[in-house]
Amino acid sequence: MDQQILNAIFIGSIYALFAVGYTLVFGVLDILNLAHSAVFMLGAAATYSLVVNHGQAFWLACIVGVAVSAVMGLVIEHVCLRPLRRRKAPPIAALISTIGLALIIVAAIEQGQTGSFFAWLWVDGPNSVAFPPGTFPNPTWHVGDLTLEAAKVAIIPISVVLMLGLGYVIRYTQVGRGLRAVAENPRAAQLMGLDVDRMISLTLVISSALGGLAGILFGAALGDINPYIGRDYVEVRGLAVIVLGGMGSVPGAVVGGYLLGLIEVGALVTLGSSAGGGVAFAALFLMLVLRPQGLFGAQLRERI
Amino acid sequence: MDFFVQLFTDPVAFWNSHTLLIAQIGINSIIASSMFIALYSGQLSLAAPGFMAIGAYTAVLMDLYWHTPLALNIAAGVVLAGATGVLVGLPVLRLRGVFLAIATIGFIEALRLGVILNLPITGEGLGLKNVNPDPLGGIYLVLVSLAVVLFLVWRLTKGRLGTAWAAIRQDELAALSQGINVARYKIIAFVLSAVLAGFGGALESHLQTFIDPGDQQYGVTRAVQILSFAVLGGSGHFLGPVVGALVVTSLPWIFVQAQNYINIVTGLFLIAVIVFRPQGIVGRGGLTIIKPWWWPRRNVSAPSPG
Repeated sequence: MDQQILNAIFIGSIYALFAVGYTLVFGVLDILNLAHSAVFMLGAAATYSLVVNHGQAFWLACIVGVAVSAVMGLVIEHVCLRPLRRRKAPPIAALISTIGLALIIVAAIEQGQTGSFFAWLWVDGPNSVAFPPGTFPNPTWHVGDLTLEAAKVAIIPISVVLMLGLGYVIRYTQVGRGLRAVAENPRAAQLMGLDVDRMISLTLVISSALGGLAGILFGAALGDINPYIGRDYVEVRGLAVIVLGGMGSVPGAVVGGYLLGLIEVGALVTLGSSAGGGVAFAALFLMLVLRPQGLFGAQLRERI
Repeated sequence: MDFFVQLFTDPVAFWNSHTLLIAQIGINSIIASSMFIALYSGQLSLAAPGFMAIGAYTAVLMDLYWHTPLALNIAAGVVLAGATGVLVGLPVLRLRGVFLAIATIGFIEALRLGVILNLPITGEGLGLKNVNPDPLGGIYLVLVSLAVVLFLVWRLTKGRLGTAWAAIRQDELAALSQGINVARYKIIAFVLSAVLAGFGGALESHLQTFIDPGDQQYGVTRAVQILSFAVLGGSGHFLGPVVGALVVTSLPWIFVQAQNYINIVTGLFLIAVIVFRPQGIVGRGGLTIIKPWWWPRRNVSAPSPG
């Protein structure tokens, strides 16, 4: 049982780290970035590819993986979001353009096979791979009847520090004030002399870097990297997390991530594996019906 | 290109060799029309795959256990989908925008993962075999149904109901203050969209030998695909979703040389259409083209003070 709670906390950390990026973009732009789960996958895939196919050190691969994800954030902004903003398109249009980009990213990895056009990026096609043992030190400790794997345990402090850091930046720095101003009212922020486009680019970069890092941590700890990890593990769960915590609320996404981890593991223990997912989504539906602002939500603009 | 060459030079051979594709386009058009009704009334509902699943499983199970005729099976699927539509639609009535989208995703995934994958009668995760499929002959039924559905949707959007929906979509508060019963018209749209989706799902199951409860069929992936039909085709005109379904469903056959990279082609197509025509393929206005910042432009001299 204790082991299960531990599992809930570390999977919750990954959900939280992923969802913080999701919710940040929603908070600033009121747009759901559906390419976020593809960026999550891309971060993990690029890091794996650098380590295994290009023989780079793990720490270097991690940095490059996060950088690739951050650059993908810029691509999302410049290709999918900014042109639509210029044309004053309805928010629903951004759903479609980000889905389009997600399709492209996933298909590029999926088609990455030896000899194909994307071989430099990925060679394992749709197959699932894991970092070879010894890529990073991964001692295992036994405390009582708990099994602690370093790769899993490390996720918790890494994500907590990153999320606290993000919270600090948003709350106390000049950049954070700019982000909050744009989130509050882009037009007014522009009139006050803020470069709104730049702020939005920055939001996408931070969000995608965190999403990619969540993917790397996921791949390292669970030993499962394939083109569909974003879609299968975090896409819909990320939505559930940001709803639980309140759309656009960063602390809410953190709490929501851990909460979803606990709900899922709890349902798994009490109801068995197949019903667990159903319970999480039924909870999501009920949460929206009963308390659409989430546990911590402050933004009620989209609600009556 | 062979696709278009055959289409125009030898339509009969085209019909024979692409029957399954045409039937799938017809089904997708019906389901996209269901999403169109929801969008037309300002509701971003992604619940269609859930209602499709209800329609499909009801029809196939009735055939399997009671050997009832097809019309009755489909009718039962439609009624059950509509009833579920009332049950789901009422509580989510006050949700808007992405909140409604996420709540309906919660509904379809709870239905798929929690109910369909756990009931022995639905074959759990293994899926369900359809004992009386009609993959080729069903196409006439699909095309006739599509014509009827399109006629109904056209009349509905032109009538009193459609005017009310359009008013609600544009400004819910203003519609309310004009004395339009917003809640009533929204629930009508939600249930109608559930009925159409259930009908589409039941029809689709009739064409398939196997009902697969996967994400591609009744999950979020399908929901997003249907949304892309409706938005890409144009969600302001009743023909938009049909055009969207037609174009997106035939893309793999048009770009048959790019078989492996078809998702990349589809992705580029989605982005290009939505960036240059945010209103969709069918709709008012031409291409929106915005010059990049480095593009030379005419000197616009600001009026200088004094």
